[in-house]
Amino acid sequence: MIESILEHINYIGAMALFIIGLYTVLTHNNLLKRVIGINIMETAVFLFFVSIGYVEGARAPIVLENGETLFVNPIPSALILTGIVVAVSITAYSLSLIVKLYQHHQTLDMSEIMAAQSEDRS
Amino acid sequence: MNDLIVKVITKMLFPFIMVYGFYVMLHGHLSPGGGFSGGAIIGGGFVLFTLVFGLAKAEALLPHRYLKYVESGGLLFYMGIGLFGLFTTGYFLSNQSAGFYMGEAFTLFSSGMILYITFAIGLKVASTMITLFRYIIDEEYDHD
Amino acid sequence: MSKKLLVGVLAVLFIILVVAVLQMPTIGSKDHPAYNQTAQYYVDNAMRDTNSPNIITAIITDYRAFDTLGETTVLFTSIAAVASILVASGHKEDNHE
Repeated sequence: MIESILEHINYIGAMALFIIGLYTVLTHNNLLKRVIGINIMETAVFLFFVSIGYVEGARAPIVLENGETLFVNPIPSALILTGIVVAVSITAYSLSLIVKLYQHHQTLDMSEIMAAQSEDRS
Repeated sequence: MNDLIVKVITKMLFPFIMVYGFYVMLHGHLSPGGGFSGGAIIGGGFVLFTLVFGLAKAEALLPHRYLKYVESGGLLFYMGIGLFGLFTTGYFLSNQSAGFYMGEAFTLFSSGMILYITFAIGLKVASTMITLFRYIIDEEYDHD
Repeated sequence: MSKKLLVGVLAVLFIILVVAVLQMPTIGSKDHPAYNQTAQYYVDNAMRDTNSPNIITAIITDYRAFDTLGETTVLFTSIAAVASILVASGHKEDNHE
C-alpha cells in the first residue's frame, strides 16, 4: 500500500493541488482569489499531464554527440506548451473583466456585487 | 517608483536581460528554450522597465505605433512561411522539400524553417505581454 | 455548518480521485501505453529529418507546426478580447465618482 502510494506520488500531488484550487474557488468572496484558484487548478492539470511521459533512467530529449538513445517521451511536453499559453490568455481576459467591474461598483466583493445587480434588475 | 537603488539596478540590468532573451530565442534548436521562453524573457524585461520608470518613458523607448506592426507582423510572417511551402511543393508548412537551407547539424544557421518560426513566435509572445500590461495598468495613455 | 459539508464532499472527491489514479502504471515504467510508435518515430528520426538536436522544438515547429499556428492565433485573440473591453468602451471615463 505504501509502495503503491510512493510510486504514484506525482499523480497524487496533482490531485491534491486540484482539490486545493477547487476549495479556493468555492469558498472565498474576493474576485482576485478566485482567479488565483483557477490558476492553481490549471497548474495541477499540467503537472499530471507532463509526469505521464517520464521514463526511468532516461535523459532529456536533446541529442548529444555521444550516441545515447534512451530519452523521455517528448509528446506530452510538446502538447502542454500550447495549454500554458491558453491558460495565460484566460487569466488576462478575466483580470480585465475584474478591472471593469471595479470601476463600475467600487468593490471587489462577490456578494455585494450580486446584491447590487439584483437590485438593479428588480 | 521613487527608490534610487531600484532605478540604478534596473538601468544596469536591462541590456543583459535583452541579450539573454535573444540568446535563448535564437538557439531554440540547439539547447532547451525556444520561441516561448525567449519571448517571455524579453516581454518580462520590458514589463520591469515600465514598472520602475513609468509609462511615459516606456512609451518613448518603444512607441505604440511600432508595436502594432510587430504584433500583426509576427502572425503574417508565420503564414507567409507556410504559404511559401504551399507554392513550392503541394503542402502547407513543409520544411526540407520546400527548399529551405538545411546546413549542418549543431550550428546556428541550420534546419531550414525552424529558425524563422521560432523568431516569429518569440516576437509574438513578447509583444503580447507588453501590450497586455500597457492596457491593464491605469495611467495616462493615448491610443493612436 | 455548510463549510463542514463542503470540506466533507471535497474529501470524498479526493479519495475517489486517488483510488482512480492508483490504477495507472507506475511512474517511469518502460512499457507505458503512452510510449507508442509515434513517440519512437520522433525520437529516432528527428535528427535525420530536421538537422536539429532539440527533439521538442522539432516537434512543435516542424512535425506539428499547424498546432503552433493555431496557438499564435489564440494569443492574438486574447489581445483583441482585452482591447474590446478596456479600450473601446471608455477606459477612464469616471475616475472621480
